[in-house]
Amino acid sequence: MSFIGKITISLKEGMLDPEARAIQHALSNLGFETESLSTARVFYITMDVPTVGDATKRAEEMCERLLANPVIHSYEIEVLE
Amino acid sequence: MRFAVLQFGGSNCDHDAWHVVHDVCGVDCDLIWYKDRIRQEYDAIILPGGFSYGDYLRAGAIATRTPVMQDVIRHAGEGRLVLGICNGAQIGAESGLVPGVFTTNAYPKFICEWVHLRVENTTSPFTSQYHSGEVIRIPIAHKEGRYVAPPGVGQKLLDEGRVAFRFCNEQGICTPESNPNGSELNITGVLGEKDNVLVMMPHPERAAEGILGSDDGRRLFASMISHIENQ
Repeated sequence: MSFIGKITISLKEGMLDPEARAIQHALSNLGFETESLSTARVFYITMDVPTVGDATKRAEEMCERLLANPVIHSYEIEVLE
Repeated sequence: MRFAVLQFGGSNCDHDAWHVVHDVCGVDCDLIWYKDRIRQEYDAIILPGGFSYGDYLRAGAIATRTPVMQDVIRHAGEGRLVLGICNGAQIGAESGLVPGVFTTNAYPKFICEWVHLRVENTTSPFTSQYHSGEVIRIPIAHKEGRYVAPPGVGQKLLDEGRVAFRFCNEQGICTPESNPNGSELNITGVLGEKDNVLVMMPHPERAAEGILGSDDGRRLFASMISHIENQ
């Protein structure tokens, strides 16, 4: 069965996010004052596996082995059918 | 004695590293395309600077997962030398050869400038020809060079003598102003668990001849050669 894993990679809480800071500054230049802003990266990965559980497990493995760097990143996985 | 310089798609300091080893230091050196793997024993492998795989995902992340890196990790495990420069440092950190990661500069722009480094370790195979606390001039050129270690690890590396170089001012004092990318504790050269691996963001190969403005980087290669000769 085909599942889509939606994987969101974010910086761990407290990690400096220089890109977010620059974007926040640019928004401020446009008159948008914001209380906070953080960035994240989303991957949509289609997998042919038997169950939602298998899709989640595979997505986790992908995060651990490539998509995230555990020193600075946390990740969230959502499986869409 | 024979060195190797690995080439990934997007490496662009490979020939500079080769030139310093081969032409400046007079040591045999092979340029090795990553797909050709490492098929013989080398005394030292250099992971050169550049933008392997366009820095996709994270700087160094894709190169780290190529099969040739298993050869590099095995070579390091056997106690032979590995030097990662700039993108090579990012690859070395992503590979777990040293702890931590080199990520986006605190001010997220590409910085290309000469910096001062304080030599923190003079006993490693890479730094034996420097004096303790010596201030050297070497250029940096990166956007993802801010060193971040897991909590508590940066200080531990310093305490254990596993920091080779820190950003400092001309007087050798590590200040926030002399830390161009916001690295933790100004750290920019990290030794592996055994001291046969060094990764560093600054480019010693760009400062190995007086005509380039500094030859302070040359002693790093000379240290490696001396270490190999004395083994």
